[in-house]
Amino acid sequence: MSSRQLVLLKIIVFISCLLPLAWLMYALLLDQLGANPIEVIIRRIGEWGLQLLLITLCMTPLRDVVQQPWPIQIRRMLGLFAFFYVCLHFVSYLWLEQFFDWPEIVRDIIKRPFITVGMLAVLGLLPLAFTSTRKAQRRLGKRWKRLHQLVYPVSVFAVVHFFWLVKADLLKPAIYSLCLLALLGYRIYKHRLTRSG
Amino acid sequence: MANDRQNKDTRFIEMTSILKSSKIPGGVKPSEITDKQVYLNRRKFMQATAGLALAPLFQQAQAGYGNKPLTYDKSRYKVEDELTDYKDVTTYNNFYEFGTDKYSPAQRAQALTIDPWSVTISGEVEKPGTYTLEDILKPHALEERIYRFRCVEGWSMVIPWVGITLGDLIKRFNPTSRAKFVKFTTLYRPSEMPGQKRRVLEWPYVEGLRMDEAMHPLSILAVGLYGEVLPKQNGAPLRLVVPWKYGFKSIKSIVNISFTEQQPVSSWQQSIPQEYGFYSNVNPEVDHPRWSQKRERRIGEFLKRKTLMFNGYEKEVAALYEGMDLRKYY
Ligand code: HEM
Repeated sequence: MSSRQLVLLKIIVFISCLLPLAWLMYALLLDQLGANPIEVIIRRIGEWGLQLLLITLCMTPLRDVVQQPWPIQIRRMLGLFAFFYVCLHFVSYLWLEQFFDWPEIVRDIIKRPFITVGMLAVLGLLPLAFTSTRKAQRRLGKRWKRLHQLVYPVSVFAVVHFFWLVKADLLKPAIYSLCLLALLGYRIYKHRLTRSG
Repeated sequence: MANDRQNKDTRFIEMTSILKSSKIPGGVKPSEITDKQVYLNRRKFMQATAGLALAPLFQQAQAGYGNKPLTYDKSRYKVEDELTDYKDVTTYNNFYEFGTDKYSPAQRAQALTIDPWSVTISGEVEKPGTYTLEDILKPHALEERIYRFRCVEGWSMVIPWVGITLGDLIKRFNPTSRAKFVKFTTLYRPSEMPGQKRRVLEWPYVEGLRMDEAMHPLSILAVGLYGEVLPKQNGAPLRLVVPWKYGFKSIKSIVNISFTEQQPVSSWQQSIPQEYGFYSNVNPEVDHPRWSQKRERRIGEFLKRKTLMFNGYEKEVAALYEGMDLRKYY
């Protein structure tokens, strides 16, 4: 891929990642989000965060398949967009769900397992976002890779978060778990191969 | 431009008022209670903000409710809160028989056959049998009841139901002295209720009340809302409404009413016993194991409001539970 093509790809990915948000704003303004728009906002944004997290995890296997560097070259942007949506999700919770009622929020985080794991996931993403720059990557050297393996437990927490919040219908979280299982399984498989080979 | 929109809106309100009033032969005109809302509600505000050519589309969808109008008496029990929009009441529904998200029932329930409909009365009762819906309703006068409706998920509405007092109906069939509970069952028809093809809950859906709860004057069987026949997604043709309990107790599309000596096990209780009890009274002090019940989002409002004990019907129903530990009997 030429550098021009890469720039083009990055622009396309950038715009694609913003499309869901644009749709949400548009639908909100036209009151197309149904009777409980706030619920839709929190849930949709949370689901996009999870989806982007999983898409980010797809980039390594994709690189191995296409045998080209471009999936890794767009990985950081995808990861940062995942973080962006998770932050929006968290802020929607703080604002639209709790109206910044801090004592209640603290109680919620301690008392409700699904919120607790969600919080752990957000905390796990923070250092990854802060060390996403090339400079940090260079400074941390080998430790950068180790640090960024945090994304695995973070994804597990995110899926558990989804499992624990649904009332009865586990279909969606089950599908996301399967995807995550495949993505993590691929890494274990590759790790074994390189070790034994 | 803004002025123009305003004119249009006023015209629209007048038009619907006329439409509505000409449709209701007797009783209250829904327009009397809805006009203020039409002005103030979120939907209008949003459209005004967007100020787009698309707006007329929504207006058409809102004009007239489209179901058969009913004749009924004015409510004796009336909440003073603003009514929830008809559109919200009829598009945001938990009715797992038509899917587990809240927007599917409004679409998928339309395929349900509700005519003919019959209800079987069984168990500890002197006049058991299968009765047509007409037989069930004939001796009773319909009455409007404007109630709060609080879902266990943390949202609420105010809905003008039309129905009959459940106690009046029960008396007609003479339950025996052994009848301690009433068990209600929803229709089981996977061909028309696609949600029943997946075992998300135990089908058919079952709910129950203690006899004194069922005989309480606030408990009704609803056949309509907003002055018209009940839309299918809201539990047509016959549903329970018990306003001081979480919404899932108010079972929809009832085909069986059975009187029992043993406490029935509800579908939610059976599926997730550690989270759902038999009583399920609205109670801000007793949290759902996974979320708080202190506050609720009234549909159409932005800020949450405090949840009231027994959903605000404490004065009327607290006596039913005197001396009971409501944490234990949740
Ligand atoms: C990596 C972090 C997180 C991810 C990927 C994530 C993802 C999700 C997903 C997928 C849903 C379900 C959407 C649906 O039902 O369709 C959800 C719901 C929700 N999340 Fe998160 N979440 C995260 C962190 C958090 C945190 C930190 C909080 C609060 C402190 C939170 C609060 C909520 C709430 C309140 C809901 C909605 C529950 C409901 O409507 O019943 N999430 N989230």
